[in-house]
Amino acid sequence: MGTNGNAVASAPVGNSTGAIPCALEVKNLRLTFPNGFHIFNGIDFSVNEGDKVAIIGRNGAGKSTLLRAALGMIPQSESDGEWLYGQQLHGIRQSARRKLLCQVGFVHQKHNLVPRATALTNVIHGAMVRHRPSCRLWSHVFTASKLRDEAMMWLERVGLGDRAMNNASALSGGQSQRVAIARALMQDPKLVIADEPVASLDPVAGEEIMSLFAELVSEQNATLIFVSHHLSHATSYSDRIIGVRDGRVDLDCLTGEKTLEELGDIYGDDDDDTN
Amino acid sequence: MTTLTSTTPSRYHSLNAFQFALAALAFGLVWTAFNGIDFSIDTILAAGPRVDRLLSQMWPLDFSSFGNLAKQLWITFLMAICGTTMGIIISLPLVLFAAKNLTPHPIVRFAVRGFISFCRTVPDLIWALIFVIVVGLGPVAGALAIMMDSIGFLGKFFSEASEEQDMGPQEACKAMGGTNLDVAMAVVLPSALPSFISDALFATEKAVRASVILGLVGAGGIGIELKVAMDLFQYEKAALIILMIFVLVVCVEQVSNRLRASIIGGN
Repeated sequence: MGTNGNAVASAPVGNSTGAIPCALEVKNLRLTFPNGFHIFNGIDFSVNEGDKVAIIGRNGAGKSTLLRAALGMIPQSESDGEWLYGQQLHGIRQSARRKLLCQVGFVHQKHNLVPRATALTNVIHGAMVRHRPSCRLWSHVFTASKLRDEAMMWLERVGLGDRAMNNASALSGGQSQRVAIARALMQDPKLVIADEPVASLDPVAGEEIMSLFAELVSEQNATLIFVSHHLSHATSYSDRIIGVRDGRVDLDCLTGEKTLEELGDIYGDDDDDTN
Repeated sequence: MTTLTSTTPSRYHSLNAFQFALAALAFGLVWTAFNGIDFSIDTILAAGPRVDRLLSQMWPLDFSSFGNLAKQLWITFLMAICGTTMGIIISLPLVLFAAKNLTPHPIVRFAVRGFISFCRTVPDLIWALIFVIVVGLGPVAGALAIMMDSIGFLGKFFSEASEEQDMGPQEACKAMGGTNLDVAMAVVLPSALPSFISDALFATEKAVRASVILGLVGAGGIGIELKVAMDLFQYEKAALIILMIFVLVVCVEQVSNRLRASIIGGN
């Protein structure tokens, strides 16, 4: 842990004063793993509605864990409050939290599609949030025409209209990630969280996917938080960059305030990690 | 040649006290088993002439009641199909409670697992005896016995196949607001379907073999014909029955193997 384990970089755009509504806010986040390792020792973190935020940092720095903990998805985490669009996530029932989290669309590094379901069915699954009972969404075969058409529209938007009936297991890594993006957007989310969405793709495919992703999220007027190791992606597709190091926010700036070289310092050795 | 800075591990390592005790215990158990049943090579060698005599009494095969035997074999097969189908239908919903990743509560899982284990540990012959008393002699008792055995077998294997599925898509489904039922039907079922079908085919093969034996206790099918033929020393007829059973089991296994290969191959 750095000299200031509780280090909090004040969010230059984020606030809790009410000027711009917060999409996600967490106060005094603390997390200790079962082996006794304190990964977070009091982090404050907020993202404003409409922000495009990139989170950068070394492997194991706590980037993904920070997002999961901020969303109350790690039971061991403690905080003085976690809010999603102004609604408290902390200390509420599991079912209520699940309902709140439906406003969040996730895109994971590993696309997490159902391998033996078609691309169309996978995208339709994204609508589970909005439709109860959801039994007609288990497979595209049972789904109402309106939702099928909507899912097809998203597949076309990600360039896979002609692969709708292919099983997810038959798609390439890039195609699978496109389907995962379509599925997340099918949720009609207010906040999209992408955890290293292009980490498993080659640079060209990664650039294509990231560009498409950012474009579609912008069109939906959704807030975007993405974790990336690509500094070029962070500078191209975000308007705010947060650097995480050793479980603390070590950098928080508007995009363009720092050069690539300065941003790269977040990956350097921790020079003040003496205790 | 590069000089090693660390020592190359030895090929073997000596047993510790616990491992030695375990090995000694296993050896002792095997020794006791053979002694306990008075097993001897002499017994096996003395059986030679009797085998020769039995085989000579089994030939030529007696085809006089082939039509009736074929009908009984068909009933045996149908009994197996009925029992397995009921077993599959009951096992599938049990998975929702028995699989670790789908169960609503560990206590529910414990109770359902207990029921499945009970179905499995009671031998199918005992189930047949119970159902013969409950529903009377005939193939319905056999089908019910096979159903109970299939629940024990398929409940366990379906649950394990569900637990083995990648958790990523399941967590993604929950993050999209999916309930446990949504996860089971939209994610686990399509992913585990090849395993389910493969297990169901194994259960069918097992049921066909079991259904032959169940007739011995009055649960219908060709088993009773075999018992009567043996009891009346009609070895020519018994040999024909054994041959017919063999053909049925081999056919079911072949069809099952081909189906399984095509399913696992993703076709």
